[in-house]
Amino acid sequence: MSTARRTLSFGDESGIAARFPEQFRPNWINRAKLIGGLTLAAAIFVFGLIRLEIPFDRLFGGIGRLIEFLGLMLPPDPGSWQLAQVYLHAMGETLAIAFLGTLGGALLAFPVSFLAARNVLRIRPLQLLTRRLLDAVRGIDTLIWALIWVGVVGLGPFAGILAVMCSDFGNFGKLFSEAFEAADEKPSEGVKATGGSHVHGVRFGMLPQVVPILASQVLYFFESNTRSATIIGIVGAGGIGLQLAEQIRVLEWQKVSFLILMILVTVAAIDWISSKLRFAIIGRKAVG
Amino acid sequence: MQAAVTELPEPQLRALADHYDAAVAAKRRRLALGGVILIAAIAAAAWMGEVDPKKFAENFWRFPSYFISITPKLSLATLWADLADWFWGIKRWTGLLLDTILIAYVGTLLGALAGFALCFLASANLVRSRTLVFVTRRFLEFCRTVPDIVFALLFVLAFGLGPLPGVLAIAIHTAGALGKLFAEVVENIDDKPLEGVASSGGDWFEMVRFAVVPQVLSNFVSYALLRFEINVRGAAVMGFVGAGGIGQDLIEAVRKFYYSDVSAILLLIIVTVMMIDYFTEGVRRRLIGQERR
Repeated sequence: MSTARRTLSFGDESGIAARFPEQFRPNWINRAKLIGGLTLAAAIFVFGLIRLEIPFDRLFGGIGRLIEFLGLMLPPDPGSWQLAQVYLHAMGETLAIAFLGTLGGALLAFPVSFLAARNVLRIRPLQLLTRRLLDAVRGIDTLIWALIWVGVVGLGPFAGILAVMCSDFGNFGKLFSEAFEAADEKPSEGVKATGGSHVHGVRFGMLPQVVPILASQVLYFFESNTRSATIIGIVGAGGIGLQLAEQIRVLEWQKVSFLILMILVTVAAIDWISSKLRFAIIGRKAVG
Repeated sequence: MQAAVTELPEPQLRALADHYDAAVAAKRRRLALGGVILIAAIAAAAWMGEVDPKKFAENFWRFPSYFISITPKLSLATLWADLADWFWGIKRWTGLLLDTILIAYVGTLLGALAGFALCFLASANLVRSRTLVFVTRRFLEFCRTVPDIVFALLFVLAFGLGPLPGVLAIAIHTAGALGKLFAEVVENIDDKPLEGVASSGGDWFEMVRFAVVPQVLSNFVSYALLRFEINVRGAAVMGFVGAGGIGQDLIEAVRKFYYSDVSAILLLIIVTVMMIDYFTEGVRRRLIGQERR
């Protein structure tokens, strides 16, 4: 049936081609661009495979071993009730790291984002400088920050909190200042028209517009930081990552799968709660 | 002018004013309740996270002093020699950075292809079977919830040290993250081209090829570039668990207190990440800029 319909619609192919010539003429420039782009992408890919010396012979053995690991992981089992309690405590630490780190990063970034926004503080060089500083802070991965803070305050979740705080400082500074720049100018103009100063314009014209957006961004980052805080323990900065890395290294596969399952459940729960809160703050439509 | 404002009778005014006061009070109460919950949560988290202001105050000097100690000693007289000394390993490090970028690139490309293949199965407007959509979605969720470095840890055991576990870990994580974003784009497309292809007798693959892909491709590429950016950062720390790239040298320098090496490698990473950010932002703006503005 469908083939018949298709044949029918192409029955007058030459006629259609005569009537709409521009649709049937290949656009060589676009085509060359596309093919050139794809070739370049594929070439870099192949170059990558060669330069990284990907050992293809190990690929299949590795997959076999992975399947073997998977078999050993079932069923997930923490071993004993004591250990399960230890893991629950570690999960709590992870949540604390994500929560306090996100909150602290947001609080630190809030004043700085005024400096980085073009329409709040109008000193161009200072603004550019702040931007570059934030970029530099953002360029360093949370794990590297964790490494540095472990050196400062020692092992444990406190170092993790400070690390998440640092990397979020960079992220939030950028996002907040972008939110300021995207805000509607008219309310602050209105405030100024009634005799308010620039500061009044920012406080009463701009802030009420952006605060819900900022709140939703903070909640969103809390979600994603719960994920990244699960690994911060790999360098010794507390939380579930420490347990996970340890159990992987000693090949306790059932415990590994239990921990992964725990992370999945917790992250799903946090996702659910924070998306509820996010929608309550900002409304269903305008989630930025 | 004054006369134009109607004075409300006193009882009516009173009722309105009371209503306003009540509304304000209700809002204040809600805010106060939220504040109390927030403070309780902070207290609980601080207890859980072993926040110790005393330890922080006692040790904080180490933070700036760490940065001071990793700052190399440069003097104007022997600037070139000092710089050469600081970046003594530049050849090795740029090679490792190139590895890092390539790990991110190969991983992102593989992951994006997998995400591309899976996103159509996860879109409720293309697939009728609810079970298939549900299963694909959960699978993608699993891929992106487990952090890439955990996958890397597992893969190092399975495939041995080197860039291969890093590439695979990034690919799996990327497939999960991009698959979800792609599926959201696909679910928001215009239905009319779909109907057009279906009504002229196209099968499912033709529908995807001629009605969906042209609408979503520029968005897909833009998301993939954003992921590439994120993955370069991720690949920079893959070396921490032995999965290749610059991270291996960085963690070694940190652990062995080779201070000037730490700052040199960090600086290289930051500059590279910034350059990639700048480049991908330009491309992304060109890709979606014309449509949105």
